[in-house]
Amino acid sequence: MSSTVVPTERHDQPDANLRHRKKGSRSYPGINIVSAIAAIIPVLALLAIIAVLLSESLPAIKLNGISFFTKFAWRPGGTYSLPIKTDGILHPVGSSFGIWPLLAGTLESSGIALLIAIPVSIGAALAVVKKLPKGLSNGVGFFLEILTGIPSVVYGLWGVMTLGPTLSRDVFPFIANHAPSVFGFNFLKGNVGHGEGLITSGIILAIMVIPIISATTRDLLRQVPTVTEEGGTAIGMTDWETTKKITLPWVSKGVVGACILGLARALGETMAVAMVSGSVLGTIPSNLYSTFTTIAATIVSQLDSALTDGTGFYVKTLAETALVLMLITLLANIAARLLVKRVASAGLPVGRGV
Amino acid sequence: MSEKPSVSQSKSYANQLNFSTLSNLGEVPRTMNDRRRGLKARIAWSLSYFTLLLVIAPAILIVGHVVLQALPHFQFSVLTTNTTGLGGGLKNEIAGTLVIVVGVLVIAGGLGILSGIYLSNYARSKVGNFLRSSSEVLAGIPSIVFGYVGYIALVVHFHWGFSLGAGLVTLSLMVVPYVSKTTEVALRQVPSGYSEGGEALGLSEGYILRRITLKSALPGVVTGIIVAVAIATGETAPLLYTAGYSQNLPKLAVTHSPLGYLTYAVWTFYNQPSKAAVQLSYDAAFLLILGVVLLIVISRIVVSASQKHSENR
Repeated sequence: MSSTVVPTERHDQPDANLRHRKKGSRSYPGINIVSAIAAIIPVLALLAIIAVLLSESLPAIKLNGISFFTKFAWRPGGTYSLPIKTDGILHPVGSSFGIWPLLAGTLESSGIALLIAIPVSIGAALAVVKKLPKGLSNGVGFFLEILTGIPSVVYGLWGVMTLGPTLSRDVFPFIANHAPSVFGFNFLKGNVGHGEGLITSGIILAIMVIPIISATTRDLLRQVPTVTEEGGTAIGMTDWETTKKITLPWVSKGVVGACILGLARALGETMAVAMVSGSVLGTIPSNLYSTFTTIAATIVSQLDSALTDGTGFYVKTLAETALVLMLITLLANIAARLLVKRVASAGLPVGRGV
Repeated sequence: MSEKPSVSQSKSYANQLNFSTLSNLGEVPRTMNDRRRGLKARIAWSLSYFTLLLVIAPAILIVGHVVLQALPHFQFSVLTTNTTGLGGGLKNEIAGTLVIVVGVLVIAGGLGILSGIYLSNYARSKVGNFLRSSSEVLAGIPSIVFGYVGYIALVVHFHWGFSLGAGLVTLSLMVVPYVSKTTEVALRQVPSGYSEGGEALGLSEGYILRRITLKSALPGVVTGIIVAVAIATGETAPLLYTAGYSQNLPKLAVTHSPLGYLTYAVWTFYNQPSKAAVQLSYDAAFLLILGVVLLIVISRIVVSASQKHSENR
């Protein structure tokens, strides 16, 4: 750093000279050690999260047992009567928790979200890459960034104030009245409610997931070698046939990975669902419009009242709930990584979608 | 993002060479079957355009709704008065969000850039893969789980109380993976010739890193930090039970210093019976959207500025 001219009399051993000077440099001593410590912190955080969740939820896991996954009830128990001990664990009288309705709500709303988001995202990505001129496709990119950037509480606000009420007034009654009364379509019938419920949440989640799937698909489509597509054109395929039979199969694994990444996001989404789900505990949605709740939304909306439980058992049950949620989203994320990695190794958007 | 011009050019040739151009040359006579295929293609692409509309429409509808609800009744006193009960302004929330953003910028920015440097320059491949995948796992954990763990560990067990410290630690750990990943990718994209040139000149490792590699990777690093800022601005779930809430201006203390933030205002006031509260909720949403748009514009400027100076052009 001090001088950049290598002394000529030492040019027979430049390597030793270089090493000597590098060692002597005073800028950033031990950057490798400092940066290594920083790089370990995510690992430590991960371990800490798992440790806290496990240790906190252990009594709840023991007491709630395996029926935690099959029960419908969600009863915090009486906070006014004296708590009792079962198997050495203190809990309020009559407390009984089952995660099944939450699990079902989480899976159903995320499933609806994917059903909507996958075709829309892939179709839009195809239009952007194959049809739009570059300036316009940049503009679409701007909208995708807006969608990823909008905070989830704002999605919730829009869903509960406008989307839900509008749909339940103008669209849902029509569907409910005209749905065929055949077995399998019964979930389309029934009381359409006031806009807070399963389908509204599904639509909101779909909008939140679309930018993840769409942007990833778009970037993958751009990586498809032009030669392979030109091959299709050369043997007389229409541009749609080329797209369907050559381009899409080329990126399919990556797109599936992106979809699972979107699923992970939908499963873990908290605030928007807490605002538009209606937050009803202990029941499974009876039709497409009924109010429900998800695991994530339950944690955020129930922690407040859980704190009033003097035995702390409710908080511990929420820890178990959080553990289940984490395991589900982890599975989804790992599956997505395995699939996406095979297609493209560098620079894919991570997680939360921004 | 960055397309090489040669690729896009040849792609547009491929697009022109679709079925109709071929038949117009008169070499291929169109049969019924051909017509059916052409029609199929046209229907498929119309559907694709329609889905594009379905992507753009919600963005316009959401932003439009919030702007239309907030702007007509927007008063600038909202920016200069604290929240009182269910009314007043958003000064404390704005200040809180800014404090949180700066804090996350320092903590997550520093940690993320350092860890990105380690992953791209020093980590052996096995160690690097382990660190990378655990960082990706961390990025996949739902934000409410972060919030819950932050509450149990920091607020309760460490006795920090609802505090700026608890909120910052929780939020920073959540966004470190993003900064680290983008920094690593950006550093890897710097041509190895750059740092080799530095080494050939006998420059020290630190000097090469600071003046050559990091400088070339700056746009990528900045993009990662912008993502971190966007998340810090927009998240609610990790803050609700760690940062708590206060109607006063944020105290700059690590512990026992609850503070307000904009997303809290949206989440709490939207379903209150008072009109002023709902208005406050929309005002906060409006400010959040303004912030998001600002961040997107900044990141676009950074990206386009970097493309101007890049070799590929």
